[in-house]
Amino acid sequence: MKVVREVPRGEVLALDYALVADYLTRFIREELAWRGFSRALVAVSGGVDSATTLALAARALGAENVHAVALPHRESSPESLEHAGLVAEAFGVGLEVIDITDMVEGYARLRPEMTPYRKGNVKARARMVVLYDLSMAYHALPLGTGNKTERLFGYFTWHGDDAPPVNPLGDLYKTQVWGLAEYLGVPEVIVKKAPTADLEPGQTDEADLGLSYRRADVILEHYLKGYPDDYLVRLGYSPKEIQRVKALVNSTHHKRHLPTVAVLSTTAINEFYLRPLDFRMDER
Amino acid sequence: MVSHAILQLKPAKGRLEANFARLEAALAELREARPEVVVLPEAYPTGYFLQGGVRELALTVDELEDRLNELYRRVWEGPLDLVIGFYERDGGAYYNTAAYFELGGRGLLHRHRKVFLPTYGVFDEERYLSRGHEVRAFDTRFGKAAMLICEDFWHTLTSTLAALDGAEVIYVPAASPARGFGGRVPANVGRWRDLARSVAAEHGVYVVLSSLVGFEAGKGLSGGSLVASPEGTLLVEGPLFEEALVLAELDLDRIPPVRYDNPMLSDLKSGLPLLWNDLERILEGL
Repeated sequence: MKVVREVPRGEVLALDYALVADYLTRFIREELAWRGFSRALVAVSGGVDSATTLALAARALGAENVHAVALPHRESSPESLEHAGLVAEAFGVGLEVIDITDMVEGYARLRPEMTPYRKGNVKARARMVVLYDLSMAYHALPLGTGNKTERLFGYFTWHGDDAPPVNPLGDLYKTQVWGLAEYLGVPEVIVKKAPTADLEPGQTDEADLGLSYRRADVILEHYLKGYPDDYLVRLGYSPKEIQRVKALVNSTHHKRHLPTVAVLSTTAINEFYLRPLDFRMDER
Repeated sequence: MVSHAILQLKPAKGRLEANFARLEAALAELREARPEVVVLPEAYPTGYFLQGGVRELALTVDELEDRLNELYRRVWEGPLDLVIGFYERDGGAYYNTAAYFELGGRGLLHRHRKVFLPTYGVFDEERYLSRGHEVRAFDTRFGKAAMLICEDFWHTLTSTLAALDGAEVIYVPAASPARGFGGRVPANVGRWRDLARSVAAEHGVYVVLSSLVGFEAGKGLSGGSLVASPEGTLLVEGPLFEEALVLAELDLDRIPPVRYDNPMLSDLKSGLPLLWNDLERILEGL
């Protein structure tokens, strides 16, 4: 008798990247338009997230309407700047280089006890300051480049990397950003290299986190959808990995929210008084 | 033949004036095509996601009718039927409502208040709105129609009630945020297509879906408005994510022969009473 078997389903995280790219280019165009912007600003680190964001912005707005800026510090890896140049060239966007060493070191000199970790945060926040200033100078809206994995892990500098008002990649896991990057033609050397925040010499994301992104993303997707740990163990993930993922997510919820406000009234903002961020009314 | 135009538009959030002006411009653009019925999406005058802003922007059905009449008189000659989704204010209560107007004629013919208010995931309607509690077919100058709003239609029971009540056309204003990007179209778009085709074919009715477009704070309303025929084929489908005027002729004369070949609706009328005890038993257990 003929036997017909269920076709094994594709990877849970696989997306149709042509559809995603079309959706995100429209997102960038529309979210800028109602805010009164037709130009975007992207801080390009030489990594895959900002490269993908730059590619999307160039598609959405035309390369001539996108400003790319590299913000190296003297301790940054020279490779990062080299790759930032490669990305800008690949997508036909001019690259401006602004060295943040003086900004960061000017403050660091006042705090001789500063650790490399603290200085890493100062660098990320200095970049945010430059980005917002250039936004005014060029009338260009800064685009965020943070992906869903790092947002869920709280693996970013609060009020630094997460500061831009519009973020196209924030609902894509790192694994999915890699897929989208390949589809968009981000140079292979950038897609394939080990991700790094490059805030401290020799740093890599996966060493910091103690997890591989490809494994972490599958755990995250199942955890967020409410699958029990046993289910993930049956898929071949270790209890240690699962606990690490859950611990990172559950110790960083505050980083995904606005600061905590003491609630006293029935009109407390975002608690009782709720309006979507794009809410407007006729001007009379 | 009843000529229809679906106005798959992207409203500016909260800008009533701009959105009515946009509607007027769209009607002016349609003067040559001369549709007899135009169908707008859910929450067209304001955009869909308002949270507590519903209270500030909802209109009474009379206010809506006045505004529609005003713009209709400027751009149209002769009668025009218009289906529109909007946030309705009625005393101290607010509803997600669809209204059917015969402009230049009898005015408001019917109002459907959304019964199934999605309050899960990205949706939070029941926090701000009250439920409607009926599904009813009504007479238009062309035949019998019914309206269902978005999630109403995802429960095929509502279409079944509309068809049993005599509807030949089911109008569905909707606002559907794209989600599920694993396939060539978002998963919600696939779901709409499947539902529209199967509901139309099951009951031998036309389904006219008018679906909002545009990003609302990161949520991309998908569009893909469509018309499904009584045989369950897609007669026409609008693009995803962008504004469009989607035109279709609805041939109501096709309904009787299609239903003769595929008499599911009359079978249901005969068979439904046999299942009544079960329905009561199940409802009692809920």
